[in-house]
Amino acid sequence: MARLRVDFAGPHVSVQDAGRPGRMRFGVPGSGPLDRRAFTAANLALGNPAGAAGVEVSMGGLRLTCLEGELGYAVAGGGFILEHLGKRGAWSVATLRAGETLAIRPGPWGSWCCLAFAGRLQAPEWLGAQATHALSGLGGGRLAAGQVWQVDDARPVLPRAIPCPVAARPRHDIRVTLGPQTRFFAPETVETLLTAPWKVTEAWDRMGMRLAGPRIAPEAALDMASEPILRGSVQVAGDGVPSVLLADHQTTGGYPKIATVLDCELEALVQLRPRDPLRFHAVTPEAAVQIARAQAARDARYFKALEQETPRC
Amino acid sequence: MRLFPLCTPVAEHGLLIEFGERIDAAIHARVLALDAALAANPFQGFHEAIPAYASLMIRFDPRLTDHAAVAAHARGLIDRPFSTPEGTPREVLVCYEDAPDLPAVAQAVGLSPEAVIAAHLAGDYRVFMYGFAPGYAYLAGVPQALQMPRKPAAVRGVPAGAVLIAGPQCLVSTLTMPTGWWVIGRSPTRILTGEADRPFLFDVGDRVRFRRIAEGAWPG
Repeated sequence: MARLRVDFAGPHVSVQDAGRPGRMRFGVPGSGPLDRRAFTAANLALGNPAGAAGVEVSMGGLRLTCLEGELGYAVAGGGFILEHLGKRGAWSVATLRAGETLAIRPGPWGSWCCLAFAGRLQAPEWLGAQATHALSGLGGGRLAAGQVWQVDDARPVLPRAIPCPVAARPRHDIRVTLGPQTRFFAPETVETLLTAPWKVTEAWDRMGMRLAGPRIAPEAALDMASEPILRGSVQVAGDGVPSVLLADHQTTGGYPKIATVLDCELEALVQLRPRDPLRFHAVTPEAAVQIARAQAARDARYFKALEQETPRC
Repeated sequence: MRLFPLCTPVAEHGLLIEFGERIDAAIHARVLALDAALAANPFQGFHEAIPAYASLMIRFDPRLTDHAAVAAHARGLIDRPFSTPEGTPREVLVCYEDAPDLPAVAQAVGLSPEAVIAAHLAGDYRVFMYGFAPGYAYLAGVPQALQMPRKPAAVRGVPAGAVLIAGPQCLVSTLTMPTGWWVIGRSPTRILTGEADRPFLFDVGDRVRFRRIAEGAWPG
């Protein structure tokens, strides 16, 4: 058993696991980590199941002190900086021992970082998952200074690096399919979505990220009956400002969705930072499926290699 | 002219099937029928279906299937003769005392507060969809005489368990939230039940009646 004290936690630092898929019909989004690939990588690097509970760290950063025990950990996602017995980059595995402190803070790139533990993090479950749902706070919960978290069956691990795949990087060119509610927008407005230089703003959280750029207001009056929303929906409010909805999104809503970011591109999108530029590129649904399959195959190879490199305990 | 049902691909893993554009019982019945047919006849790679007022979103695994195959499967189910699921009757308790907007609603619709209460209790509600937040079940069926546009600005900090109305819709909130809907009562009935085997009180399509309780009858 190991115990960790939170010395500092920035906003939006929360417990996550594989999430709670399949309950959108009850108003419950999937939640889980924003960078699912990095989260899986951190867990696999420790020999954990891919969806074991860990901590998602925002650009606000996190500092933990180990009060008791010896706890192996893995950090993956973004170009974050770790301070623990010296300074090094994320994408690494090490062991935190009683009296030692681990700090995770933003580095040269990326917005989200995942911390996995060699052991079982004790955190509340909601609907069978420890992932935190930001709006309600249900699930494992947010981290805050002064808390003490317990990790059962904690074990030490040998230090090593985790390979950082190319796909882990933020990307400024993001592929979408148009719709499903393009009918509320003039053709020129759809063209503007696809040609304008967009920027990430400071208005971001686990529910979504608002973008800055030209106004792309819907044409028709907004009397649309609420329609289902997916993670990746590009929703445009009445003021013409688009937002990309993320892991803790509402499940239905009455604002039209001009486009939808490919699910397999969301990791590349969420690692962008405020003021970073981005552009949207429309692809056909058939192309979207091909892109997703190719990415899934690359991820599967990466995960398999990670598992093979992970020492058995 | 949009011809329904309409299948629209969404990213690599979604297909939106629209049966219309309005909040309408007959359109919603078709959403429910396809939802039930899919649950009984899932396809390889089916993840989940999300019903809304006039549409059903189908999520699938793009490694195992694609939009065209899912659309063909759905159209096959839509073309079958369907019966709308009956919906289980549910009861929700409501206390109309200490309801901040009841006097304003009464004044706006030209009824006494007691007549507003009677009209609300007389409504035959149906769960049309969930949305906004976990357990926020949108109940259609507010009687015409009580239909009010939402407030121009949201009121902050409305506590969980508020019984809210706006237009033809009613809902019982599950979280403390800002809302622009009218608070006409409070309910001790929990939509998020906390029970592992049945965490949500309603399924989409269930029928709901409200039963009045006095302030003193509040459980606990």
